[in-house]
Amino acid sequence: MQFSEHWLRTFTNPLLDSAALGHLMTMAGLEVEEAEPVAPPFTNIVVAQIVEAEKHPNADKLKLCKVDAGTGELLQIVCGAPNAAVGLKVPCAKVGAVLPGDFAIKAAKLRGIESFGMLCSERELGLSDDHGGLYALPDDAPVGVDIREYLALDDTLFTIKLTPNRSDCLSLTGVAREVAALTGVPMVRPEITAVAPTIDDRRTIVLDAPEACPRYCGRVLKGVNAKAPTPDWMKQRLQRSGIRSISALVDITNYVMLELGQPLHAFDNTRLKGAIHVRLPVEGEQVLLLNEQTVTPAADTLLIADEHCALALAGIMGGEDSGITLETSEVFLESAFFAPDAIAGRARVYGFASDASHRFERGVDFALARPALERATGLVLDICGGAAGPIEEALAADALPVRAPVRLRPVRARRVLGIEMADDEMQTLLERVHLDVSRDGDMLLVSPPSFRFDIEIEEDLIEELARLHGYDNIPAVAPLGRLVMLDRSESDRSEWDVRHLLAARGFQEVVNFAFVEEAWERDFCANEDPIRLANPIASQMSVMRSSLIPGLAANLLTNRKRQQNRVRVFELGRCFERKADGQPVAGFHQPRRIAALAAGPVVPEQWGERSRTTDFYDLKGDLEALFAPRELSFECLADPALHPGRAAVVMLDGRRIGVIGELHPVWVQRYDLGPAPVVFEVELDAALEAVLPASGSVSRMPAVARDLALVVSQELSAARVLSALREAAPALVREINLFDVYHGKGIDPDKKSLAFSVLMQDTQRTLEDAEVEAAMSALLRHAELTLGARLRGAGE
Amino acid sequence: MDKLDQLVQQAAEAFSAAADGAQLEQAKARFFGKSGSLTEQMKALGKLAPEQKREAGAAINRAKVAIEAALEARREALREAALLAQLAAEALDVTLPGRGAVSGGLHPVSRTLERIESLFRSVGFVVADGPEIETDWHNFTALNTPENHPARSMHDTFYLEGRDDVLLRTHTSPVQNRAMMAHVERYKHLETMPDIRVIAPGRVYRVDSDATHSPMFHQVEGLWVGENVSFADLKGVIADFLRKFFETEDLQVRFRPSFFPFTEPSAEIDVAFMSGALEGRWLEIAGCGMVHPNVLRLGGIDPERYTGFAFGMGPDRLTMLRYGVNDLRLFFEGDLRFLSQFR
Repeated sequence: MQFSEHWLRTFTNPLLDSAALGHLMTMAGLEVEEAEPVAPPFTNIVVAQIVEAEKHPNADKLKLCKVDAGTGELLQIVCGAPNAAVGLKVPCAKVGAVLPGDFAIKAAKLRGIESFGMLCSERELGLSDDHGGLYALPDDAPVGVDIREYLALDDTLFTIKLTPNRSDCLSLTGVAREVAALTGVPMVRPEITAVAPTIDDRRTIVLDAPEACPRYCGRVLKGVNAKAPTPDWMKQRLQRSGIRSISALVDITNYVMLELGQPLHAFDNTRLKGAIHVRLPVEGEQVLLLNEQTVTPAADTLLIADEHCALALAGIMGGEDSGITLETSEVFLESAFFAPDAIAGRARVYGFASDASHRFERGVDFALARPALERATGLVLDICGGAAGPIEEALAADALPVRAPVRLRPVRARRVLGIEMADDEMQTLLERVHLDVSRDGDMLLVSPPSFRFDIEIEEDLIEELARLHGYDNIPAVAPLGRLVMLDRSESDRSEWDVRHLLAARGFQEVVNFAFVEEAWERDFCANEDPIRLANPIASQMSVMRSSLIPGLAANLLTNRKRQQNRVRVFELGRCFERKADGQPVAGFHQPRRIAALAAGPVVPEQWGERSRTTDFYDLKGDLEALFAPRELSFECLADPALHPGRAAVVMLDGRRIGVIGELHPVWVQRYDLGPAPVVFEVELDAALEAVLPASGSVSRMPAVARDLALVVSQELSAARVLSALREAAPALVREINLFDVYHGKGIDPDKKSLAFSVLMQDTQRTLEDAEVEAAMSALLRHAELTLGARLRGAGE
Repeated sequence: MDKLDQLVQQAAEAFSAAADGAQLEQAKARFFGKSGSLTEQMKALGKLAPEQKREAGAAINRAKVAIEAALEARREALREAALLAQLAAEALDVTLPGRGAVSGGLHPVSRTLERIESLFRSVGFVVADGPEIETDWHNFTALNTPENHPARSMHDTFYLEGRDDVLLRTHTSPVQNRAMMAHVERYKHLETMPDIRVIAPGRVYRVDSDATHSPMFHQVEGLWVGENVSFADLKGVIADFLRKFFETEDLQVRFRPSFFPFTEPSAEIDVAFMSGALEGRWLEIAGCGMVHPNVLRLGGIDPERYTGFAFGMGPDRLTMLRYGVNDLRLFFEGDLRFLSQFR
């Protein structure tokens, strides 16, 4: 809510400057978001009248003016404004004046003619961007008066951000009431006098939905001049509240809403037929609103209707057909209380909010309808003339909000806030904000006024006490707690360990959006039925990702476009899949995964290493390091994202935990991803498991190493050969490692050579040559029999 | 000077003149070889009378020792020179860069989250987790925000097609209810429930996008529930955290009354630095308050017996302040030139 400090101070005027007043409000929960001066600083500018205006003898576009600035003599001022004319009243910067931007006005010669001052546009005063001509002041502007005083420019525009519980502050008097309570400075309320009816016209009001609208006041006014001008003081206050002046009647309803907090609505009385009904809609009923939108109100949207048709959405927006115009002379003024529950959320359904709905859904003082109507009536009669009929009030007293007393236990308040505060002080503080307090033994019984909708339970009062005592005055203490050590298993790694490990291996962490382009899900994940957002912010962020890989591919593209060809990135984040019995939210599986992508040179360009492009095995090494010392196994995989010959499913202890591979050349080409990027994606949970080390005995006996080079069929995987050897290895074999893969000259084209080093050792004794040879031949024989292998070099 | 002295002197000169091992060996032969000068002297010894023999023999021996010493000295000198030459030849340009890969780094917000986690762990908080596709009930209802509550419009919520009971969580607060339920279940056998002290970092979503708002961003939820947890404790923990996080006492922290349906009293937490580029400006970094009794009740906890505080802070904002990042969107663009600054 925006308002003028000046206006606020007409109700309560504490001895605080603007900044201190703003701080006071902020620290009371009325957060001042902005405090802007109405005008920038300038001095010595007064109201002046142009008495003569002649053409400048030496310039076509300049005028030579004689100006009365109240100084007792006419000032000669050269002026270029097109609207400079005799009789016009304008702001005049006298010699010695300083304009915004520290621009000092001196006597000067313009095209040979002396000029003693400057006539100003709105822009030159920093009041608006209008520079079309001089700022034309009203004819009754008093000559010689300082313009800051005349236009009340020494004012601040406060914008406060009110939380939804403080609807009582959605008006100037509401804010003033709060400021007065906090400062102890008295408050002057606007004088509201009941306007005695001078005509008998009235309109019957029927409350068809009393729970939603328990109070409705209405009054007929006749002989009203809707074309009467809105007085300047009202225009200015509205304008400084961010509301454009429209016509006197509309301005008055807005003014009273701002002043008192009661939204009002003015109908053209001649367009109404019979009694006013406040009711729920009948099916299919439509209303054409003031904003020219036609809506079909939902069954729970309250309407104002006459006997003929629906007129308006109650508490939300008036209707076009029954609204007032400049031709209106008979007005039916509405001032009602609509229950918050009957208004809350309704306007949003139709895609808009109004000042009225904003207030009603948060709670408008239910005792305010009649005084506000009197206030508005008085203003209409003053400004537009006419005669008022009696106020017709329909009341369902039973349905008005109940202000039940709330019990406050001072002991609990002290315990929750962690402060010492005497019971009496609590009572004093609460009474300052117009809460009615009585004692009941150790407790205080507190009844809130009709304008407070946020006092229902003890905590509401504790909050009120904290606020009035001042949050700043509550100490900050180091809490006491029982010291118990956190339990953390040694066989759990933290996600930070995983991140640091990948970072140490050269990967940069990224954070990508969880919603992605639908095409990514289709291309990379073969996901034709992704989880779609109902209200995506953009089409490229419309479905939930089921894999981290497309996001990393997008990172690659982004960086390639920025001449970064070596890209190593990883992300740790959640993916989303459909799963009927998903936990903890049924229908969805939301695993956290870790994925990495590597593309471009394996090491950054440097003098000492030959450049080589990262390949499958580089990334596989990174993945294995992530899980070491546990061993992963890999099996061929068909995956839509990956190169069919260069992709593997990643297995841990027989479980499938992820995939690794080169991105499919089709997508690499379509998305312009450069030379063969490789990726992996695995379940985070699997990476967080660690093994507790267990110590075995270390042999002191010498070890014997032998090599075994086997020629096998090209299709046979290394893992298969290795596991076959390990299976067949006698007990003395401690390790078998693959150290060379060869195919080419000397080997059949459909074969390859795999060379293993076999390490043998006994824990108790030195091995005999015969045992070693026997073990080697056992391995070879097993390979020959089960894998069709033969010893390399044998029989060539 | 007798002949032998001359011989020693000649040998010393000859050895010095030898430029390398081979020349030295040649020079040595001139004295110790079959017909070397010293050998000749030895041979001549046989022709002398016995008494002369002893005296001359001793003299020859002294000369031999002297020549051998000169020889050895020269050998040592040549060896040393050769080593120096070799070392000189092996010299490297030590200013050339080291070889190999370079390390990557954590995302700047991860750095912040890790730091937040370790600070809160140090006073006994554990980390809790919750789903990002969350039920409407956990995100709002369990947090005392029923349907049509005006506070719901404070959160512009992403919903999913075909399901109106789920959404993308708008804050990490739904973890509160999950953590309470789990804690209560775990300690139901005890007369007094031990304190709940959890933080829940994670990603959250709102329909909003500009330089200061991202449709996905991070939050860290904190919750401490116990028998005597007060607003003063909340202020203490948060102020302590902020000073430790920013590693400065040069920091003002203020708690400003605010409103959240799930806490009461509620506060926004603002910080202001007392020096630097942001000097004197209040910056909003978290919301907090005492857990609303309805929220405790829905978590299975008796609000008469236990009280607690909760807070939700914005680690993205904290990261921006700590490292001087001025546009939130940079965090989510994956630009390595930006991210690699945080190694």
